[in-house]
Amino acid sequence: MTFDEKYFDIGRLDRLSYGETFVHRLDPRAKVIGTMLFLLTVVSFSKYEIAALAPFFLYPMLLVTVGEIPVRFIIKKMIVVSPFAIFIGIFNPILDTRTAAVILGVSVSTGWVSFLSILLKFTLTISVALLLIATTSFSGVCHALRRLGFPALFVSQLLFLYRYLFVLMEETMRIIRARDMRSFGKRGTGLRVFVRLIGILFLRTVDRAERIYYAMLSRGFAGDMPALKRSRMVLRDLAYLSVMIACLWVFRFFPITEGIGRRVQELLR
Amino acid sequence: MHMADALLSPAVGTTLWAGSVAAGGYASMKLKERIDDRTIPLMGVLGAFIFAVQMVNFTIPGTGSSGHLGGGMILAILLGSHAAFLVMASVLTVQALFFADGGLLALGCNIWNLGVTPCYLVYPFIYKSMVGGSKNPGRILVVSIVSVVAALQLGAFSVVMETLLSGKSELPFSAFVLMMQPIHLAIGIVEGFVTAGVINYVRSARPEILESMAASRPIGREVSLKKVLATFALLAVITGGVLSWFASTHPDGLEWSIEKVTGKGELPQHENGVAAVFKGFQEKTAFLPDYGFKPAENELKKEKEAPPPWPGIEAGTSVAGIIGAAIVLGMIVLIGMGIRVVGRRQI
Repeated sequence: MTFDEKYFDIGRLDRLSYGETFVHRLDPRAKVIGTMLFLLTVVSFSKYEIAALAPFFLYPMLLVTVGEIPVRFIIKKMIVVSPFAIFIGIFNPILDTRTAAVILGVSVSTGWVSFLSILLKFTLTISVALLLIATTSFSGVCHALRRLGFPALFVSQLLFLYRYLFVLMEETMRIIRARDMRSFGKRGTGLRVFVRLIGILFLRTVDRAERIYYAMLSRGFAGDMPALKRSRMVLRDLAYLSVMIACLWVFRFFPITEGIGRRVQELLR
Repeated sequence: MHMADALLSPAVGTTLWAGSVAAGGYASMKLKERIDDRTIPLMGVLGAFIFAVQMVNFTIPGTGSSGHLGGGMILAILLGSHAAFLVMASVLTVQALFFADGGLLALGCNIWNLGVTPCYLVYPFIYKSMVGGSKNPGRILVVSIVSVVAALQLGAFSVVMETLLSGKSELPFSAFVLMMQPIHLAIGIVEGFVTAGVINYVRSARPEILESMAASRPIGREVSLKKVLATFALLAVITGGVLSWFASTHPDGLEWSIEKVTGKGELPQHENGVAAVFKGFQEKTAFLPDYGFKPAENELKKEKEAPPPWPGIEAGTSVAGIIGAAIVLGMIVLIGMGIRVVGRRQI
């Protein structure tokens, strides 16, 4: 991913959150809590369980369709971050070669089962995290965190970081463009230039922080960042949370996938 | 070296979340005591700075491949432990949310590995005690390299421990360590050079910035050697304790391969904490297959294929699982397509 691509990518995920659908309108707190419960439930499965994970795909699917989020965009972002999980997981089939089952004459080792389980969990957890931002917006999540009891200092830190991310990325983009124009091939991308470059970027950043501080002071800053959009937990949010918890409970403790599979097997016989 | 959700168990994930939240609360509390309003925008913008810097690639000398910067140590040196920790935590949070680097459950681990380690362990005990108030560029260079290498080694080791304690990966301890530590040694040396370069550059270009930042916090010039040694001894005892416990519960290395050759090993089930509770629940509640899905006429058959032990990886179960998964996923896709169609009609 080049710098420009990365930059426009963040903007795109953010713009998706401007949507006005049912999932966008849910209270951010409800969505944050729901997402965390979902993640905990998914990772609580043992490493050899794969069939039981299937029903959980319902939640990301609902978010994508009801929230009108482009699927391809989310999948692309997931592929970008997949190497670490795959790199660690791929050792499972190599190291764990006990036979788990023989299906249609092909023996499948437990290593492949646990690798597949890691991949499924990766897909579920990452897609749900990305969809949380795509349907809630970053500031929505921040204000939810604040009202769930996270320290004000940390939350305003997050909001600041996010606000100036775009400004600083543009500044960095200009610097990199200048470096690329003055260098030929790999010349000029060495450590020496890099150190100078971020040194200058740092000084500019500190100066910018100073200007921001004075601008904020003159607008009445007193150490906190209030939110204009007040949200309340209404019936809709409570309904969402209770359906979520009920579904997670059923999917976690009842082998639905296996049950359906057995039933079909019996019908076929 | 971001930890990933898929490799975590709930017990490890929540424990490190708790640790990181506690550290965040502590940092906020400490900062509030003597924070200047001015620091709030400074911290925020520096977070964005770290983010932007991580996107600039540079050529690693001698290899030709390009690297990126972590940035934890630069922040700790410039801002002090507490502020640097909060900035790192916010950078990692934004990375988890926007780039899905790691994931939300693993965020606790990542804040621990890349935030708590450099800011609360390495900076106060290694950097501060070795540099003191010295302004000698050579000394800063050497100490920076040592500190960054130490921070990255501890961070990489934490990733290894978190993965192994979660028990989702089959990698034996020794192989995993041998894989992670040397890579991060190389990265650490390069990052140490960069860290020292930036600190020295800022000091020579605009010394007043470093001084004004240092003025808002006391510099521990007089950290005694005894204190440092005592801390390291404590750390060594803790690490050793954890390691030996780990070694006794998880056969690794030689034992592990012997087990594999003789085929005596059982399926290792890493069940402690939350997973154990869940398992208990599961055993109590897993009545559905015999209850709802099986008509009475199948009683005989049921006796033949007794309910498989958990985790169910017996042949019959796995076939049922595959069929079931195909159907469940098919249904989910159908529902999704249905919603899309209905949604388009409404527009």
